[in-house]
Amino acid sequence: MKRSRDTNALISIGIVGLIILFGAPQTLDLFEIISLTTAVSLAILALSLGLIWGFGGILCFGQTAFFGIGAYAYAIAALNFGGSTSAIVLAILVAAAAAAILGYFMFYGRLSDVYLAVITLTVTLILYSVIRRTSGPEYKIGIAKLGGFNGINVPPINYPWDANQFLFPEQVFYVAMVSLLGAYFLCVWLTKSHFGRVCISIRENEIRSELLGYDIRLYKLGMFTVGGAIAGLAGVMFANSIGRITPDVYNLYNAALAIIWVIIGGRGTLIGPILGALVLFYLTSFLGRQAVVNINFFLGLVLIIFVLVVPKGIVPSLVQLWDRRRSRRMTARSAKRIRRRGRSRFKEATFEE
Amino acid sequence: MDLFAALALQIIYGIANLVLISIGLAVIFGMMRVINLAHGEFLMLGGYTVIVSTNSGVNIWVAMLILAPLVVGLIGLIVEWVLIRFLYGRMVDTLLATWGLSLLFIGLITTIFGAQTATTISPPFGAISIGEFSSSGYEVFLIFVAIILVLLVYLLLRYTKLGLVARGTMQAADMAAALGISTQRVYSMTFGIGSALSGLAGGLLAPITGVLPTIGAIYIGKAFITVISGGTAILAGTASASILLGGVNGIVSFIIGPTMGEVALLLLAIVLLRLMPQGITGRFFKRSL
Repeated sequence: MKRSRDTNALISIGIVGLIILFGAPQTLDLFEIISLTTAVSLAILALSLGLIWGFGGILCFGQTAFFGIGAYAYAIAALNFGGSTSAIVLAILVAAAAAAILGYFMFYGRLSDVYLAVITLTVTLILYSVIRRTSGPEYKIGIAKLGGFNGINVPPINYPWDANQFLFPEQVFYVAMVSLLGAYFLCVWLTKSHFGRVCISIRENEIRSELLGYDIRLYKLGMFTVGGAIAGLAGVMFANSIGRITPDVYNLYNAALAIIWVIIGGRGTLIGPILGALVLFYLTSFLGRQAVVNINFFLGLVLIIFVLVVPKGIVPSLVQLWDRRRSRRMTARSAKRIRRRGRSRFKEATFEE
Repeated sequence: MDLFAALALQIIYGIANLVLISIGLAVIFGMMRVINLAHGEFLMLGGYTVIVSTNSGVNIWVAMLILAPLVVGLIGLIVEWVLIRFLYGRMVDTLLATWGLSLLFIGLITTIFGAQTATTISPPFGAISIGEFSSSGYEVFLIFVAIILVLLVYLLLRYTKLGLVARGTMQAADMAAALGISTQRVYSMTFGIGSALSGLAGGLLAPITGVLPTIGAIYIGKAFITVISGGTAILAGTASASILLGGVNGIVSFIIGPTMGEVALLLLAIVLLRLMPQGITGRFFKRSL
């Protein structure tokens, strides 16, 4: 029963994804396609945080660090290699390696939630201030100048192993959307695999999982590394949709934004964070255009309200609401049936929730 | 020799700076095990209090030493009353809610004052000279303020009734409550005092750094790692972590440059936490304040 509903949900998500993948370039104009590509790349970032926070129980406040590292690594590698094919792979590997190294210190030091959150946030902020100061010509990797707060111009993606054939914005959108769908179903598979189940059990109860013989440090590190790799992929797509990567990816605002997507969408689901990112992307760009109240004020308010009032996030709350209504309808129906059969026999039975 | 003295002064100032920006956070974290992510914005609000009040004719000393802690302390009390008290025992939610608060303050101040630097005020001391080097007199003043502040907090915790109650609550909240102490009151006092200390620090640093709505982000990274590396003992933790991190930061900054100094500070903190996950005071000076 539960399983079939999960499968149905997955199938419908896949269908909607395919519709957007093929439909959007036909119906939207160029500017909208580019901004949708940006939104999709942010959704991949949200997915990575949703995976490690919702399923690994790892409270990472600095997921944008790996996002930014992926974007920078891609830009630097693509400039140096003169092509994007191996740069993409390298960028994902660099982001994963960064996550693995940081994760080693945190998980093998057995830092608790709060410490972990603060350390990851601090890493992001320090990256921000360090990269901002690299504007001098002496700061370069290969031929790529880091460019300080001006950032790096990112060479666009090209056809695999053909550096002269750049992709058009529509084609970049296809790549980004396919990446999102691929990453989503990878995450779904991961959470249903043995590895994912162990991670979920660690989230639920660390001590019990450890007593069952699992090395929780290793599992957390694995989860964190996968999250870092997906965030790196998101960074590559983001750099391509914007065409420029600046240190602002590491700032406090973006770090908060990633958390807010997951909170709004819902921890413990994978589609929730994606929807959260997409909705908030359009909402913030809409609200950013009005000049009455600064956008931070609005975001802060949303975060506080969700923590206090809807701590589960929208998607799990909706599912819960749906279930409750359905079960109420079912009990009402069965109560009616029983009443028809004869009241006397079931007099004492109550069907209240 | 002069170079050495000037360098030593710089390093000591770096340490004092860390103490100033993190002591408010340390008080709240040590007492309540709550990391206040809006800490940077409390510093920022302290800075704005000083700027606004000096611009409207208040004496700068009154603004920095009295108004800034008072205003921010009050804001802290209100925040505790409206938000934090609903989240005791839910550490992750507290983190998230205070982060929301941080964004809220940034947005509010940007809406009121604009995103640019507000009119800055000049430090009320001239330069002092050490042989052929000169140093800012205001930095020397801040070093003294940091020392006095640590002493004050020590005296408050060690020798007053309030301090006794606070330490009791910190060690065993249940027991304190059983003995008839309202831990709720203690927590809200603590949050107020921590906020006031942050406001004071923000006000004192405003003449050096200027104020921006987003200036909190500059402070919080350093403040967080100082407090976390220090551990839960308020004073011993802050002091030992500030000395260690500030010292390393100062030396590396002198040899390579300020950017690398910050990186070194962070790397040291991460390695430190790998070795001592409970912070310095989780292993050493365990029974200290």
